[in-house]
Amino acid sequence: MLSLLRTIWSVFLHAFARRATVQYPEQRPYLAPRWRGRIVLTRSPDGRERCVACYLCAVACPVDCIALQRAVDAEGRHYPAFFRINFSRCIFCGFCEEACPTCAIQLTPDFEMAEYHREGLVYEKEDLLISGPGKYHAYDYYHVAGIAAADKDKGEAEGERPPVDTRGLLP
Amino acid sequence: MPELLRYLLVILGVVLAPLTIAAGLTWGERRLLALFQDRYGPNRVGPAGVLQVLADMIKILTKEDWVPPFADRPVFVLAPAIIIIATYLSFAVIVFAPGIAVAELNIGLLFFLAMSSLSVYSVALAGWASNSKYALLGSLRSIGQMLSYEVFMGLSLMGVVVMAGTFDLGAIVRAQAGLWYIVPQFIGFFIFFIAGLAETRRIPFDLPEAESELVAGFHTEYSGMKFAMFFLGEYVAITLFAAMLTVLFLGGWHGPGSQSTLVALGWFLLKTLALIAVFILIRASLPRLRYDQLMEFGWKVMLPLSLVNLLVTGAVVLWRG
Ligand code: SF4
Ligand code: SF4
Repeated sequence: MLSLLRTIWSVFLHAFARRATVQYPEQRPYLAPRWRGRIVLTRSPDGRERCVACYLCAVACPVDCIALQRAVDAEGRHYPAFFRINFSRCIFCGFCEEACPTCAIQLTPDFEMAEYHREGLVYEKEDLLISGPGKYHAYDYYHVAGIAAADKDKGEAEGERPPVDTRGLLP
Repeated sequence: MPELLRYLLVILGVVLAPLTIAAGLTWGERRLLALFQDRYGPNRVGPAGVLQVLADMIKILTKEDWVPPFADRPVFVLAPAIIIIATYLSFAVIVFAPGIAVAELNIGLLFFLAMSSLSVYSVALAGWASNSKYALLGSLRSIGQMLSYEVFMGLSLMGVVVMAGTFDLGAIVRAQAGLWYIVPQFIGFFIFFIAGLAETRRIPFDLPEAESELVAGFHTEYSGMKFAMFFLGEYVAITLFAAMLTVLFLGGWHGPGSQSTLVALGWFLLKTLALIAVFILIRASLPRLRYDQLMEFGWKVMLPLSLVNLLVTGAVVLWRG
C-alpha cells in the first residue's frame, strides 16, 4: 500500500519535469548529416551526371523500389534513360548508397515527403537529380576509375599508374 | 412562474454540466496523462487543444456504425443506452448547492446505489449480445468485479449514513458544515474511492476492458457512436463518483467565502474536478491488477475493513448518545 502511494507521488512529481516532446513544425529536430532520408542523384564536380546505370543499387535494394534503364550517349558513357524510385516502398535502409560505385545515389537529411496520393511518392529522374555533388564534393568517378573517358586516357587519373604493358617482359 | 423557470434551469444545468465535463474529460484526461508522462498531449486543435473534443466528435460520428451479423441486435443496440441512462439518472439526486438539485429525495443515497448497480446490466448485456469471446470474457469479468465491489461500496457509505442519520444527500452535506466527513470517516472515504474506481472500470481495475489481454473487453464489437456512448458513459460515471465523493465526504458545497449559490457551486465544481484529477493521476501511475488479486483484495481486505469501519462508527455514535 505504501509503495503504491509512493508510486503515485513520484508520478505526480513528473508533472513538473521537463517535457520530452519536440514540438515538431515549430521546433525542428536535429538531423545528422548522415541521416538516411530522401534520396537524390548527384552530379560530379564538372556538372555531369554521376550515375553510370550499373544497376547495382537496384540489385541491392531489399524492397525492389528502384527501377532504371541504361542508355549510352554519343561519347560512349552510360547513363540512366530513366531512373525511378518508389518512395512508398523505400525503407530508407541506405543499401543503395552503399552499393553505388560512383557515389551518385545519396540519402539526405530530409524526411518531409508526405503526399496525399501514393503516385506522388514515385520520384522520376528529374525529381531525384540535384545540381551539386552532394556529400562528396571533389569525387569524380571517371578521374579515378581507370577507364578512358572523353577528357582523359587510361592511367591519367589522379593517383593512377600508367597501364601495365602486357606484352613487355618487365613489370 | 419564476419557481418553475428556476426548476427548468436546474434540470437543464444538470443535464448539460455532466455531459460538458465528460466531453471535456476526453481532452482533459489526455492532457493530464501527458502532464504526468513528460509529454504535452493534444495541444494543436484550438487554444491548448480544447477543440480536440470537437475533432474527435466529428471523427467518431462519421465512422460506420456497424452491428456484427452474429450479434443479438436489439440487446446490442440497447446496452450502450443503459449505461448512459443509469449513470445520468444518479445526477438527479445530487445536491450541488443549497436548493440546486433536480430531486432532493430522502432516499437519495439508496437511489444512487440502485442506479450504479443498474449500469452492470449495460456491461453484461453488451458482452453477451456481442457474441464474441473477448467481449464475453470482458463482461463476465466485469460482472464479477462490479458485483463484489458494490457490496462494500454500499457498506462503506453506511458510516456516513449512521453519522448523519439520513439517506438525504442534502441533509448529509448540511451535517458536514463543521467538519467534513473525510476526517471521521477516512476509511469509508478510502473504500468508497477504491470502489468508485472499480465501478467505473478505471485503471487499476480496468479488467473488463484490459486492452492488452482482451482487445477492448466488453465493447470489442462496438464502433462509431455506440462505442462513443460507452466511452462517454465511463466519463460521466467518473464525474458522478467524483461528485458523490464530494457530497458524502468533502462537504459538498461548503467552503470558505460568501454563502451565495454561485460560490457554493464553484466549490462543488472545484472539489469534483480535483477528485477527477486524482482519478487520472492514479490511472497514470498504477498497473492493472490480476483477476484473483482483484477478488482477493475486494473480499478479504475491503469488505472486512468496511464492516469494521461501520461497527466502530456505530459504536461511537451510540456511545456519544
Ligand atoms: S534506401 Fe534501401 S529501400 Fe530505399 S531505395 Fe535505397 S536500397 Fe532501396
Ligand atoms: S548504383 Fe549508382 S551508378 Fe549504379 S545505377 Fe545505381 S545510382 Fe547509378
